[in-house]
Amino acid sequence: MTRRRVAMPGLVGSMAWWMARWIAIAVLLVAWEGLARSGLVTPFMLPSLSVVLARIWSDALSGDLLQNLWLTLYRALAGFAIAAGAGTALGVLIARNRFIRWFFDPLISVGFPMPKIAFLPIIALWLGYNDASKMTMVVFDSIFPVVTAAIAGTLAVEKELLWSARNMGASERQLLWEIVLPAALPQVLTGLQVALPIALIVSIVAEMTMGGAGLGSAMMVASRFADSPGVFAGITEIAVAGYCLVKCMALLRRRLLLWHQEALAPATA
Amino acid sequence: MTGALHRYLPLVILALLWEAATRLGIVSTLALPPLSQVLRAAYDLARSGDLLTNAAASLYRAGAGLALSIVIGGALGIAMAWWRPVNVVVGPLVELFYPVPKSALIPVTALWLGFGDGSKILLIFLGCMIPVTLGAFNGARSSDQALIWSARSMGASRLRVLWDVVVPSALPELLNGVRTALALSFVLLVSAELIVARSGLGYMIGFLGAGGTYDGMFAAVLTVAFLGFVADRIYQRLMNRVLQWRE
Repeated sequence: MTRRRVAMPGLVGSMAWWMARWIAIAVLLVAWEGLARSGLVTPFMLPSLSVVLARIWSDALSGDLLQNLWLTLYRALAGFAIAAGAGTALGVLIARNRFIRWFFDPLISVGFPMPKIAFLPIIALWLGYNDASKMTMVVFDSIFPVVTAAIAGTLAVEKELLWSARNMGASERQLLWEIVLPAALPQVLTGLQVALPIALIVSIVAEMTMGGAGLGSAMMVASRFADSPGVFAGITEIAVAGYCLVKCMALLRRRLLLWHQEALAPATA
Repeated sequence: MTGALHRYLPLVILALLWEAATRLGIVSTLALPPLSQVLRAAYDLARSGDLLTNAAASLYRAGAGLALSIVIGGALGIAMAWWRPVNVVVGPLVELFYPVPKSALIPVTALWLGFGDGSKILLIFLGCMIPVTLGAFNGARSSDQALIWSARSMGASRLRVLWDVVVPSALPELLNGVRTALALSFVLLVSAELIVARSGLGYMIGFLGAGGTYDGMFAAVLTVAFLGFVADRIYQRLMNRVLQWRE
């Protein structure tokens, strides 16, 4: 009985905190609607939430939303997939080969902190205003966190694991696929989790500067025509898409690392 | 000295390859002007003052936005760790806005504040605030409970503990958050200037490229990339100095 009496307020308390999280978001949405309707700001500066939702709904019905969303996600995810594959391969190579490391080390340490988005006009000059240049930009920008994570992950593989595998007669290929890559996977996934939002950002900025449909391009068109519900509909769509992508990636991580000890640790929100 | 040369030799090789490929006609000079020509263009742009005025405009925007985000974001993050009600209200909002691509705000800030400095400063402030807030929050949250208790038992007021214990222990993570924000500020700045601006380095890149002055465009791109790299290196130095008191 005593235990129950102690536990109940705790449960109610955590329920209250959990409710409060959603209340904060609800308050934000209500404040948006209220501010927009109060007349303190013009509808041009801040269209009301209901107007924006109506706009998203009509875009969805006309099929524009789906098409733009598809184009943006296609560019972002195709580039991300290339960056993930090539970046992991390059990272493992750099960690395992001294010459390759010597060559790429300065390129990465100089390239990582650079604002790579500045190269967008150069890529556009070379490849033209098309999907290829947008995806190249996505790969160029999102590959850096993957490479550095793969290097760190590969270097951190325990020597004893490699020695015992070799001792038991594992070939180099088996060593790579069965020891190095699984052992480096948690770090590689962290790198991918950093790279995914970058891929989405770059694909949207590329669409904003180069046009060619997609969510970023649609938002820019709306902005040029001073169509502020269109701009806010765009930002809401992009926010939801970004949120879903990040959550999917976290789920994928949990699924892939079921065997890893981190799965036993309490999940952080 | 030879160590540095050996380390950065690959960059020198790439630069020489660039020059050779364009000189030998393997790559069209229209697509890739020779490095020497790009450097001369950079020199000319610097002498005419174009590079300097645009760089000054860019750095002012990035600096102002970043400074605002550090002050407000840092205070917010520490407040979130210190008072639970703040965390309950602000936490979900931070979590909600964290994965939102900040560049999506470019048209919105342009809608609000026009094409000038204000819209870029607001954009950089909003974008950079989240990594700073999270860094400060994580740092302050992980401050040693025993230190706080002993400070309290020695008669320090809550505010005193906040300033003398929580803030210093939040500093390493906070400074890491600022490093992320620094890189982000350059990205946001250049994106915004490429898309909606009438001055700044990003504008210069777009303007020179649209006019077909490709050596100038390459010079401006390299300037931006170089500035971003140097800013990160200087910041790292400063961060190490500030954190010297840790073992």
